[in-house]
Amino acid sequence: MQARKKYVLLGLCTCCWLLLFYWGGLQERLLALLTRRRGEVVRPWPDWLDRALLPGYAENAELQNGGGPGESPRQRRQAWASIYKNSHCRMDTCFDFGRCRGRDGFRVYVYPPEKGDRVSESYRKILASVAESRYYTSDPREACLFVLGIDTLDRDQLSTQFVPNVDERIRGYPLWNDGRNHVIFNLYSGTWPNYTEDLGFNVGQAILAKASLNTEHFRPGFDVSIPLFSKDHPQKGGERGWLLRNTVPPRRKYLLMFKGKRYLTGIGSDTRNALHHIHNGKDIVSLTTCKHGKDWEKHKDARCDHDNQEYERFDYQELLHNSTFCLVPRGRRLGSFRFLESLQAACIPVLLSNGWELPFSDVIQWNQAVIEGDERLLLQVPSTVRAVGVDRVLALRQRTQMLWEAYFSSVDKIVLTTLEIIKDRVYAHISRNKFMWNALPGGLVVLPEYSTHLAHYPFYYLNLGISPGQEFTAVIHAVSPLVSQSQPIMKLLQVVSKSKYCSQIIILWNSEKPPPHRSKWPPMPVPLVVTDGRRKVSTSSRFLPHVTIETEAVLSLDEDTVLLTSEVNFAFHVWQSFPERIVGYPPRSHFWDPVKKIWGYTSKWTNEYSIVLTGAAFYHRYYHYLFSHYLPPSLRALVDRTSNCEDILMNFLVSSVTHLPPIKVAQRKQYKDMPGPQSTNMAPWATPEHFNQRQDCVNTFASWFGYMPLVHSQLRLDPVLFKDHVSVLRKKYKDLERA
Amino acid sequence: MCASVKYSSRGPALIPRMKTKHRIYYITLFSVVLLGLIATGMFQFWPHSIESSPEWTLDRRSVHDAPLVKLPVSSPIPERGDLSCRMHTCFDVYRCGYNPKNRIKVYIYPLQRFVDEVGVPISSTGLSREYNDLLSAISDSDFYTDDVTRACLFVPSIDVLNQNSLRIRETAQALAMLPRWDKGMNHLLFNMLPGGPPDYNTALDVPRDRALLAGGGFSTWTYRQGYDVSIPVYSPLSAEVDLPEKQPGPRRYFILSSQTAIHREYRTELERLKEENGEALLLLDKCSNLSQGMASARKRCYKGQVYDYPQILQESSFCVVLRGARLGQATLSDVLQAGCVPVIMADSYILPFSEVLDWKRASVVIPEEKLPEMYTILKSIPHRQVEEMQRQARWFWEAYFRSMKAIGLTTLQIINDRIYPYAARTYEEWNNPPVVKWSSVSNPLFLPLIPPRSPGFTAVVLTYDRVESLFRVITEISKVPSLAKLLVVWNNQNKSPPEESLWPKIAVPLRVVRTKENKLSNRFFPFDEIETEAVLAIDDDIIMLTSDELQFGYEVWREFPDRLVGYPGRLHLWDHEMGKWKYESEWTNEVSMVLTGAAFYHKYFNYLYTYKMPGDIKNWVDAHMNCEDIAMNFLVANITGKAPIKVCISYLLACINKFASVFGTMPLKVVEHRADPVLYKDDFPEKLKSFPNIGSL
Repeated sequence: MQARKKYVLLGLCTCCWLLLFYWGGLQERLLALLTRRRGEVVRPWPDWLDRALLPGYAENAELQNGGGPGESPRQRRQAWASIYKNSHCRMDTCFDFGRCRGRDGFRVYVYPPEKGDRVSESYRKILASVAESRYYTSDPREACLFVLGIDTLDRDQLSTQFVPNVDERIRGYPLWNDGRNHVIFNLYSGTWPNYTEDLGFNVGQAILAKASLNTEHFRPGFDVSIPLFSKDHPQKGGERGWLLRNTVPPRRKYLLMFKGKRYLTGIGSDTRNALHHIHNGKDIVSLTTCKHGKDWEKHKDARCDHDNQEYERFDYQELLHNSTFCLVPRGRRLGSFRFLESLQAACIPVLLSNGWELPFSDVIQWNQAVIEGDERLLLQVPSTVRAVGVDRVLALRQRTQMLWEAYFSSVDKIVLTTLEIIKDRVYAHISRNKFMWNALPGGLVVLPEYSTHLAHYPFYYLNLGISPGQEFTAVIHAVSPLVSQSQPIMKLLQVVSKSKYCSQIIILWNSEKPPPHRSKWPPMPVPLVVTDGRRKVSTSSRFLPHVTIETEAVLSLDEDTVLLTSEVNFAFHVWQSFPERIVGYPPRSHFWDPVKKIWGYTSKWTNEYSIVLTGAAFYHRYYHYLFSHYLPPSLRALVDRTSNCEDILMNFLVSSVTHLPPIKVAQRKQYKDMPGPQSTNMAPWATPEHFNQRQDCVNTFASWFGYMPLVHSQLRLDPVLFKDHVSVLRKKYKDLERA
Repeated sequence: MCASVKYSSRGPALIPRMKTKHRIYYITLFSVVLLGLIATGMFQFWPHSIESSPEWTLDRRSVHDAPLVKLPVSSPIPERGDLSCRMHTCFDVYRCGYNPKNRIKVYIYPLQRFVDEVGVPISSTGLSREYNDLLSAISDSDFYTDDVTRACLFVPSIDVLNQNSLRIRETAQALAMLPRWDKGMNHLLFNMLPGGPPDYNTALDVPRDRALLAGGGFSTWTYRQGYDVSIPVYSPLSAEVDLPEKQPGPRRYFILSSQTAIHREYRTELERLKEENGEALLLLDKCSNLSQGMASARKRCYKGQVYDYPQILQESSFCVVLRGARLGQATLSDVLQAGCVPVIMADSYILPFSEVLDWKRASVVIPEEKLPEMYTILKSIPHRQVEEMQRQARWFWEAYFRSMKAIGLTTLQIINDRIYPYAARTYEEWNNPPVVKWSSVSNPLFLPLIPPRSPGFTAVVLTYDRVESLFRVITEISKVPSLAKLLVVWNNQNKSPPEESLWPKIAVPLRVVRTKENKLSNRFFPFDEIETEAVLAIDDDIIMLTSDELQFGYEVWREFPDRLVGYPGRLHLWDHEMGKWKYESEWTNEVSMVLTGAAFYHKYFNYLYTYKMPGDIKNWVDAHMNCEDIAMNFLVANITGKAPIKVCISYLLACINKFASVFGTMPLKVVEHRADPVLYKDDFPEKLKSFPNIGSL
């Protein structure tokens, strides 16, 4: 019995197995069935038998023909100009490029304010920023862009700052031309209850630089969305971001916070009225109050009293500091102050503002700095932010700071960014790419006229995976006439030209006498160029972007600098590791004088420094260009007038770009500048007058920058075996130790 | 199978009596099994539900077997596309919902052949090869779902790639007939050739309600930014001709124009440029007198001379892509494939995938009006940049233009990025060619910060059982002013740490962490007890460092918080056999590593070391009980691209080779400098120096 049972079973199994085999493909299908049951499907779009026979979607000839030549381009352009106006404006149709021709084509004119005009604090700052920018012109004939003198920031008819009759007034402007080439700044539009985008006057073909822009009304590539900023927003400089250190894990006390008004009715109430749902009192704090407006008690609901009470318990500033994410929901309008506030506070904004065209959306990649939520998915926000990983929080947070400092921390930056965006559109083929806008140090200090090539800038080597070039150009600033072959400059020429990294030497001849004949200069293994700078003798000319400089590295030298070849080589090596900074020898320092309430400048030997003198320093040649084109003429004029401070200004410039101190490298003792603190030897650069001038410079520069960009450092970079107790023979830079 | 086993197990109860019965039983059983198997088979081929998989899904069939659907004349027509549509108004996000993978689910409607009442199909071509490729690619991808209820995005199988082959009204009706159409919500249409003669609209003319449109040839007035996706016009030549990648560099011609249908006005302008600049320009046109049988699409002519197209594109640095009646031109794809930098002159054109691709790095866009200035504009671009652009152009083609698959999946990825913006791909991921991705770094601590001094640092001492030496180290370190906390990692599981009373009394908190296993990696664990950013990793036998030296190390770290800051090797090399400090003979002038026997670094690197270390390095280190410091150096150099500050000798070649193979490159950077205090060994009163007690060894 038992055997038979087994026999039967065995037989059956064999049969089944054979049958299955006979059916061939079945196993495969069974497998497919099994996998399918588990959820995923394998290849559901059929693999057609006649796939190869399917027709192409278009004939090759048709594709290459591109639809034929089409209508006459000239006629089309004319037709466009008449069709695509007002809400369909684009640069092609509503902007007069002809006004922006020429080398310095991009000029901005500000209409003078009329008598009796009240201009709000914020608008006054905007106008001042335009007027101080390097694009400003007082001559409307050479202007490419026009900014109204009428305050158009607040177009809420209920507001006290509302300016009536704008329509009539702008039509009176002879240059208005239906708004072509005009920029209109606006922060608030529309009023209760709808808060429409309407400005209350006909904008025509003018470019709108507006806060809270809606994607539907935004004319892409034409309008500029700007952030909403308060009237206390600083004109210049601005506060730095609040992020001081990257703590790991990057979580703060609260995960997500919101503190603000709850709208019970009207536009925006959908979102604001739901925010309290995600409040859990522990790591998510979402506080709302009904107390706003005159008649809040009329609309009051059951939650109000409890919410209002809870609302008072938390301090907004404290929450900003202690929260990882900050909800930035729409208010009545799409943008709100809390956007910039949380950006500055390094509290990653979680946006709930559907349809908001984010500030400077043309150029900024916001998804790397904020979490773009969806008002409809409010209840998913907690799980979304919880799922954001450590790395991403760290990156988002740093990105908020980068953007804040590059584009938003002052009215100046906001206005300049707006102008630069428009300028990039006007000169599209010499404009910044997205990378330049989004990488450190930000688009404002990247001047595309210098180059559109990323590798030509000192900031992007690591991002591109390349290293700076292996050569440098020495630029020697000569002021005294050549009388003997034993002058320091001769020695210097020899020392520098001996460096294997030196590719050429440029002498800026700034002496009153004409430059000596070529034969007077010693023979050298590298090309020597003598630039006669006598026609415009100026101290800042040493930082002109000479076209002859072909290498990335520049070694700036004074004629009386005493150096060794190995010192030069070592400093150049260090510069290659820090191509975005100034690498030099003699240090100086600045300090805050609390008594006089001014910045002080010192050349005393101290344990820290914030400036290295450019009498002997390496830096990237791009800084020459920035010095000449980014800084305002007023500062360069100050340098020329006093024949002083150009090195301080250069240090200000570089530190403002990098936010980092310069780098001092090891030097031998006999550098000209080494007399001890109690030296009696008064060289011209050591006179008290000269010194006071420098102190004044520091303060003038700091006020132009709006803050003190210089940063202190306590260290010096020395060769690895510098002054170590090892055999001199082992040391590569042994000369540096010879006193 | 299951069924048969079930029967057979019942079987024996019936068997006992007769042999004939036995046989009959056998036959019955067999037929039952057979029937069962047939049933299983049938079950498989039969549709589970009408929507999810039609009966012919798994068979190889012809397109002509697709079911025929007759459109009633009166069937509804969708509204024309709404220009104000945006994701938040016309797209139903609830369908996509929250999903841990952050990936949208895409459903493809099964193929149907739509005909009107008299039986004429709605499209002259039906399903095209390209659209079929696109749909197969989607169905093979992770985006695909066959479950219509779980889908977030729907792709109709109605081919609308080329508007010219469509009957507009009927196509619209067919769309509206789709079972989940619902005003076009969450439906995605792919169209490459929009408009028709004579005025050529720049978007598909088929009324489509709220459906998203992936279109080739949008103008700024028809493109709904953030809603539609601009896609390339696919060039089938890419599949026909294999153009190998050409090294970037100068080419025979500077500017090449290869299009055949250029408007007269522009051709005149181009010819004028050619006159001015001669050989640098090559203006090709159709061949008028080609012998029969030669594909005219593959030839171009200039003054009787015949050139092969698209091969000739590789001979030029820049290639003109002018608009025709249509904005989108298939030539763009050919030009990119050839690694020629496109000079795009098509005012108002929305470039393909412009939402994510940075075209300024791969092309030159010139307003049509400025055509006469083209030569000057192009000449002003630096050579190195042109080379970069050539490389970038080719990379765009390879990644995003090459096939219908690439085009389709890129489109879905862009929509995916919009729906899950917090998981969106970055600019670098979209735009950096592989060679740059490989060699570049994205420093996780990229913000230039000099952290404040006040929080101080946490010293982490890894120890096994050298208690005496450990206590000396603790006493020494406790003198450092910026020390915030001392953490002892007790790596000995067999022995308990000394009693609390025996530990040295120090001013800062001292914590002892006992580990579960004796692993070297424990020293790099991101313990919660480490509350500061700065970590000082120090061995339990490093007693040679003065308090000034440690404090200065911390100051240096503050200025370089994204680097390893270590001390020279001589301080580490304790010779256990000889019981004395070994003064190494391997002094070198170069630095590429610092040893972590005493080094400052950011706590984030602990996190990276523990959780993000590539390959099996961590296990390798734990198994070999060695080289953890070298692994750390590799990790930091690889992720920041920066050299450490100050150094020691690279003494263990075996690990270096191993790690270099895992990282795939040698990330270590060699430098020749080290950091010293500003007044180090300067002739200056010692008492005025911040760190007088340095280098006194």
